[in-house]
Amino acid sequence: MAKVIEGLYYSESHEYVKVEGEYGYVGITDYAQEQLGNVVYVDMPEVDDEVTAGEDFGAVESVKAASDLISPVSGVVVEINEDLEDQPELINQDAFGTWIMKVKLSDPSEVDNLLSAADYENCCK
Amino acid sequence: MTDKRTCLYDKHIALGAKMVPFGGFEMPIQYTDIVDEHNAVRKACGVFDVSHMGEVLVSGAEAEKFVQYIFTNDIAGAPIGKIYYGMMLHENGGTVDDLLVYKMADDKFFLVINAANIDKDYAWIEAQAKAFNVETVNQSDIYGQIAVQGPDSEKVVAECLGLACEELAFYTFKTIDTEGEILIVSRTGYTGEDGFEIYGSHAYIQNAWDKLIAYGVKPCALGCRDTLRFEVGLPLYGDELTDEITPLEAGLGMFVKLDKENFIGKEALAKQKAEGLTRKIVGIELAGRAIPRHGYDVVVEDKVVGTVTTGYNSISTGKSVCMAMVDIEYAKLDTPVQIRIHKKLQDGVVCKKRFYEKNYKK
Repeated sequence: MAKVIEGLYYSESHEYVKVEGEYGYVGITDYAQEQLGNVVYVDMPEVDDEVTAGEDFGAVESVKAASDLISPVSGVVVEINEDLEDQPELINQDAFGTWIMKVKLSDPSEVDNLLSAADYENCCK
Repeated sequence: MTDKRTCLYDKHIALGAKMVPFGGFEMPIQYTDIVDEHNAVRKACGVFDVSHMGEVLVSGAEAEKFVQYIFTNDIAGAPIGKIYYGMMLHENGGTVDDLLVYKMADDKFFLVINAANIDKDYAWIEAQAKAFNVETVNQSDIYGQIAVQGPDSEKVVAECLGLACEELAFYTFKTIDTEGEILIVSRTGYTGEDGFEIYGSHAYIQNAWDKLIAYGVKPCALGCRDTLRFEVGLPLYGDELTDEITPLEAGLGMFVKLDKENFIGKEALAKQKAEGLTRKIVGIELAGRAIPRHGYDVVVEDKVVGTVTTGYNSISTGKSVCMAMVDIEYAKLDTPVQIRIHKKLQDGVVCKKRFYEKNYKK
């Protein structure tokens, strides 16, 4: 059974954002990594790229398929998880511990449009 | 139209396979994990349901003459028990299908064709057969088929199924009388490893499948069938061969015998060979890990010069590689090219199509 963590915000397209102050850490959920299987490549944005809520910011790829990553928030990318360049499998090992990008949020109230842990859990059933 | 099910459908569901539509059938794409299934075949042994493949029996006084007329390879003087790989072509040289031809008797040949092409191929074969004294029978619904693939295959089919195949050479077959029926067993496959393909009744194939799984052979699905065939540079109809692609463009000229008597498409291919190819399928190795996939653009100096036909991050080598159809001026080994992957251009270089060495037992 896929894990869901309290206190994060979730999108219906299976990304999460963990908010710390004016920053958001964005990754994919445990359910998403389970559905994908072995992650073999993560196409990440670059630092200083602008991302927009609801628009794609990269892709996560299994052996067979590429899935677009949809940003749950808007802002500017301040850091990417460089560990994923050589170890994309970290997402399979710990999806919630392996964020993909850190975003300086341009509108922190956007998270109100996202799902709570309980709502997301229902959405995966 | 609803997809067909093979005689092993219930086994796949019981094993928890993820099912997808493929070539008009509901087929397993993976049981547990593509990587584990792939590695089982490279290192030990795996079993595939390939019952979706089509079979056509051609017999009669002019059977050999007819097969020679519709097939690019040369079967003249072939011994009984020999298998040939080749293509059936349109008059313009485009590929109707790639197939195996099993010589069963001087007047009897067994053609193994792709699932997705069964209806198209059989209609085409029947149309060509009108001018010959031959009988053609579509036996696709009669046979179940499994492929046992990997270095341990010879031992597995002997110990688990009681099929002694030690003496069977690569690309030959024999019929085996067992459990009240006659099986066709060939030393062939689509993985680059040693292995066997077994054709039998649905009941035999279901029973053999259960025995192999109980023996500990890993069930392997279409996902790894594709990664395995791709790594050793084998073409898949629909990707590297289509109605619009000739075998010469696909780099399969060794299976086209332009010096034999007439066959459909010969004139077009002879002309193409004389004039020189304008495009060709090559291998491309990327510097980074981004994955080139079917349909992505191959780019040189901002100009699109080709299209990816199949690509993966190779499970056996860890490199991101692909096969791609490129304009002939960019087909030379070591030509620098780029592939557009998710809006970014990734650097690569043209290389051989064989990304991993075959390990056949000849």
